[in-house]
Amino acid sequence: MLKLDSVHTYYGNIKALKGISLKVNKGEIICLIGANGAGKSTTLMTISGIKTPHSGTIEFDGIDITDMAPHRIVAMGMSQVPEGRRMFSSLTVVENLDMGAYLRSDKKERKDDIEYVFSLFPILSKRKNQTGGTLSGGEQQMLAISRALMARPRILLLDEPSLGLAPLIVQQIFEIITRINKEQGTTIFLVEQNANMALKIADRGYVIQNGRIVKADSAGALLEDEEVRAAYLGV
Amino acid sequence: MKASFFKTLRTTLLNALWMMLITFPIMVIKVKPRESLVSWRWMNLLWVGIGTFSLSWIWRYLLSRRDKGSKLNAGRGREVLGLLWGKKKIRAVLLAALTLLVIWFPWIVNLYQVGIITSGLMFVILGLGLNIVIGYGGLLHLGYAAFYAMGAYNYALMYLYWGMQFWLALPLGAVSGALFGILIGFPVLRLRGDYLAIVTLAFGEIMRLLLLNLSDFTKGAEGIAQIPRAAFIRALSLQEATNYLFYICAVLVAFSIFIIRRLENSRIGRALEAMREDEIAAQSMGINLTRNKLITFALGAFWAGLAGVILAAKTTYINPGSFTLLESVMILVAVVLGGMGSIPGVILGALLVTLIPEYFRALSDYRMLMFGVVLVIMPIFRPRGIIPKLRKHYTVKEVDCSS
Repeated sequence: MLKLDSVHTYYGNIKALKGISLKVNKGEIICLIGANGAGKSTTLMTISGIKTPHSGTIEFDGIDITDMAPHRIVAMGMSQVPEGRRMFSSLTVVENLDMGAYLRSDKKERKDDIEYVFSLFPILSKRKNQTGGTLSGGEQQMLAISRALMARPRILLLDEPSLGLAPLIVQQIFEIITRINKEQGTTIFLVEQNANMALKIADRGYVIQNGRIVKADSAGALLEDEEVRAAYLGV
Repeated sequence: MKASFFKTLRTTLLNALWMMLITFPIMVIKVKPRESLVSWRWMNLLWVGIGTFSLSWIWRYLLSRRDKGSKLNAGRGREVLGLLWGKKKIRAVLLAALTLLVIWFPWIVNLYQVGIITSGLMFVILGLGLNIVIGYGGLLHLGYAAFYAMGAYNYALMYLYWGMQFWLALPLGAVSGALFGILIGFPVLRLRGDYLAIVTLAFGEIMRLLLLNLSDFTKGAEGIAQIPRAAFIRALSLQEATNYLFYICAVLVAFSIFIIRRLENSRIGRALEAMREDEIAAQSMGINLTRNKLITFALGAFWAGLAGVILAAKTTYINPGSFTLLESVMILVAVVLGGMGSIPGVILGALLVTLIPEYFRALSDYRMLMFGVVLVIMPIFRPRGIIPKLRKHYTVKEVDCSS
């Protein structure tokens, strides 16, 4: 469904990605783990078109999206939950969700979708007339995910959904991610530092180091891998 | 309570002492070189001390009042106004009264007054236009006068070379303003904040310098004179033409308010809001940033072009000196003073910025000083403008989710 072939991305002269190749199949949960500054977020930004790669190709559903503008990629069915949540903080929860459905014009189904995300995150329905800025960190993350879902994506890119959240909330959010994958058949591409959590729900995983993919295996195998355990799981 | 009183007393006293010390050389010592005498004006020192002390005291008092009462008073007046405005009948009556006032206005005051109010209304159009760029788009634009110049010169030059009439020049000026807005929008697409401000500032100056130096084409600093006023079937007398232009301005203000209100609640308005809040998040929502930024610039410039044509028709003479950086800054001041993103705020701001200097001509030497003081005080006491923007939220009724 999504295929990256030796993608290089630079920030000025600094090479952030030095030839990333990976593949995401339909219906999978894939996670990309790595340390700070390894290039995880850059990979996501490059996929979603906000950052243009220097070389290499990105294919989505067999269509080359390497140089496509981000809004067209969203229109093709790819939604991103950016790192640090990035709420529209002066907009209410419902308005935020509505913004997520910006490209859609079907009013009735939009309403159903709002109901659906409220069923995923009931707390949001209690906060629906509150502005995004007044939500707690966990609620903001839930809202960010819900907002991305409102575009009815076929693939959902998540950038560190566990960042700065309490373990209990992280658990809850990961459960919901699995549920979205099962119920909606949405393909999930997850970027995480919390390798343990991410690998537990993922089908396959990639390990990124200094802008290169150094390991690719099934999530179970990566959890068992000595090096991964030492470097990312702290065991 | 007492401790804070003594603390305030101490700081105000210290402020006064400092001020006395700093102003000592200029306020107290006076050297008369011819008589080789030095006179010591100790009374001045006392006045400076007392003045600083009381000003500082008032300042502290206002600050403490703001900190205490801010939560209670914030937006109360605005809400009451909004409530009144929300009632359909009251709104209809108010609108009718306003319309009658506008129609009657030129008949109850003299020519001079009509002229001043017309400039005020022109500034309202400019303010509303810039408000699209700054208030809605969140793009700090310091070269707005360039678009204004574009409209004015459009009419002037087309009249000069082709004898173009006002009514044809009006839409053309607006459209050319918008096109020019897109043109300068392209190179600044990637810029934000301070950098955008610097580049737009430069564009404004480039425009002015071009008009000044292309003297074969634009007549340079000499300017273009005897631009015709707006004609209505036949040529009008000065009195009639002034009144006529006043009506045109009033209608255009109403038109711009109507359009901009529509814009605010439209899809573009929502996209602009998202763009202002967070560009990356907006992009992830599928909002086309490039297109939206260009639309913002074009829409903003459209109104400036319109106002420019009116300026040319009103003053019948234009030269590049009317479109300096100061002009851009004044429009910006009107928007910031009134309240960014708030239509009533911007209208009030624009009227204040133009009318106060007109009616206090006697104090014109101190105009800039007063502006300075106001601009320092405003962000401290009313950071969101005189009439801050009241965001309209859609509210959703509570539904029982437990079932």
